[in-house]
Amino acid sequence: MAILLDKNSRVVVQGITGSEGAFHTRESVKFGTKVVAGVTPGKGGMDVDGIPVYNRVIDAVEQQGANVSALYTPAAFTADAIIEAIEAGIGLIVAMTEGVPVTDMIKVKQVLKTSKSRMIGCNCPGITTPGVGKIGFMPSFIHKVGNVGLISRSGTLTYEAIWQLTCLGIGQTTSIGIGGDPLPGSNFVDLLELYEKDPDTKALVLIGEIGGTAEEEAAEYIKSNVSKPVVSFIAGRTAPPGRRMGHAGAIIAGGKGTADEKFKALEAAGVIIEKNPAEIGKRVQEVLAKVGKKGKKK
Amino acid sequence: MKIHEYQAKNLLRAYNVPVPKGDVADTPEKAREIAASLGKTCIVKAQIHAGGRGKGGGVKVAKTPDEAYNAAKAILGMQLVTHQTGPEGKKVLKVLVEETSNIKKELYLGMVVDRARDRECVVFMASEAGGMEIEEVAKATPEKIIKCMVPPVVGFSPFEGRKLAFGLGLGTDKALNAQLTNIAKGLYQLFVEKDASLVEINPLVLTAEGDLMAVDAKINFDDDGLFRHPDIKDLRDENEEEPLEVLAKNAGVNYIKLDGNIACMVNGAGLAMTTMDLIKMAGGEPANFLDVGGGANPDQIEKAFRILTADPNVQGILVNIFGGILRCDRVANGLIQAAKNVDIKVPMVIRLQGTNVEEGRRLLKESGLKFTVADGLYEAAEKIVSLIK
Repeated sequence: MAILLDKNSRVVVQGITGSEGAFHTRESVKFGTKVVAGVTPGKGGMDVDGIPVYNRVIDAVEQQGANVSALYTPAAFTADAIIEAIEAGIGLIVAMTEGVPVTDMIKVKQVLKTSKSRMIGCNCPGITTPGVGKIGFMPSFIHKVGNVGLISRSGTLTYEAIWQLTCLGIGQTTSIGIGGDPLPGSNFVDLLELYEKDPDTKALVLIGEIGGTAEEEAAEYIKSNVSKPVVSFIAGRTAPPGRRMGHAGAIIAGGKGTADEKFKALEAAGVIIEKNPAEIGKRVQEVLAKVGKKGKKK
Repeated sequence: MKIHEYQAKNLLRAYNVPVPKGDVADTPEKAREIAASLGKTCIVKAQIHAGGRGKGGGVKVAKTPDEAYNAAKAILGMQLVTHQTGPEGKKVLKVLVEETSNIKKELYLGMVVDRARDRECVVFMASEAGGMEIEEVAKATPEKIIKCMVPPVVGFSPFEGRKLAFGLGLGTDKALNAQLTNIAKGLYQLFVEKDASLVEINPLVLTAEGDLMAVDAKINFDDDGLFRHPDIKDLRDENEEEPLEVLAKNAGVNYIKLDGNIACMVNGAGLAMTTMDLIKMAGGEPANFLDVGGGANPDQIEKAFRILTADPNVQGILVNIFGGILRCDRVANGLIQAAKNVDIKVPMVIRLQGTNVEEGRRLLKESGLKFTVADGLYEAAEKIVSLIK
């Protein structure tokens, strides 16, 4: 078991003929991911390493049974590509594209709300279920099969945390980067529910950033809905207000969204907070040792 | 992206939001000309990307064209310091000269995107406590701010205008109700059509003559939307930006200058923020935020080094790269080459992690350059802090 990406996942890559799309498709195939099709409008009939390319997502669904989409489309066309995937009935859409305008995401989220699709991203490193497959940029070697679920708003910081776990011999069920944009397709809350239900996930790591209220919402949700132990780190304690720290969503606006506020909210919800990012792995190790003894947190 | 007040007012005019008559001047002569053509008492306002201009002496009233000339002469070229500019202030290169209004009441009207999970739409905020810092109003008397979400599916509806009007105490006056509805409708259109990220009219003035008018205006834009608005992109004023940040932007490096003395170069925004946090934890002060990009190729690394070393406050550099798809040995070669080309004179700690890390560290150690290599995340921060003490 794992969440979202499992052995039934059949991936279509939107933007497969671009240099990023082609490169990361190869990496994910090497990792074991079942990539069944690609889509680039106007390039239907081509193939990338034997993977058939179609003009439309619906063709990939009807002819190859695609049920997961990985997006590497240019920012200007990404909202259109996501909505096409939703319309084609794709259940999981993971968008790596950086730089999608917020007004586009407002529209996409309206369509998502009336659909059965789930979306991760944009501007995210992707999702990995070790032993099953991966979508996105996460380096393959950092993962290991195991029992920790990891959700993060970052990219390389996510790799860092996963790698800390793996180096300590702690494997993961599924690792997800939800992306650094102001309006991500899925937020922490949307995914916590899935991890809580997954019998293989014994503990969770939640990596947040300054800006917005996603961590506070997660804290509120964890308080009454998550029985598994959660370890959390928030990046950007030293970031000055009013400056956008790389990610479009990472900005302390109007004095709200500081790391300290987020740490406080999470701590009040019973989350184990770790303020030293070099110690995330060790902290999870301690938590797992306790879970092993008592079986459960509560 | 931020723009000037005069640019924001030009946009407001285009969307039928009433603003005072006036024009922008970059010389005292031009200011006198504008004042003469307006033919009444004017206000001369410094144009910089920061609030609090009045308190800093950047806003003056002029009763005659000659007074406007003198006011512009005093303001143009001054180093204007406000609570938002930092102690060094910002040089004023333009002034807005416009007619004054007979103020009966000052209101606040603002718009942002509400990021909360169950909303995710454009929201209006309005308050009768106009003219003040809205953040202070929000803190002290949150009940004085009314909010109005616009459902994205239908866009702006007239009832939202009425809701705002009643909230501002203007609801029972039919004419004002209609005026406010039109203003809100125009602002909403502007916001979504031009990919704005923030609009603030503070104050929105009710004049003695019974008109509503945007006496000040602040508009920020979503950087990610600029590609489809060349007209907005043209409004960028590089004079308002930190010179090193302009350099970085043009080099495709994500850089923000801070006040400390330990520079850092990191791949990825989250890890870059984390590295700043670590420097602070170890007792140092970060000189910047720098995300060299997920790829961290030799060319980007060299450009990043040039930007970091151009900051005279920098006494040490911490490089923290997580090599993923890009292997650490290649990152190491890039670092060595860049360090040779840029001639770095301050101590540098390099922490590499990821694919082929052993080979990368070996290359650094054998390069003959004075790098200090660190393995751990926190250890790297401690090393650079101790090296500059």
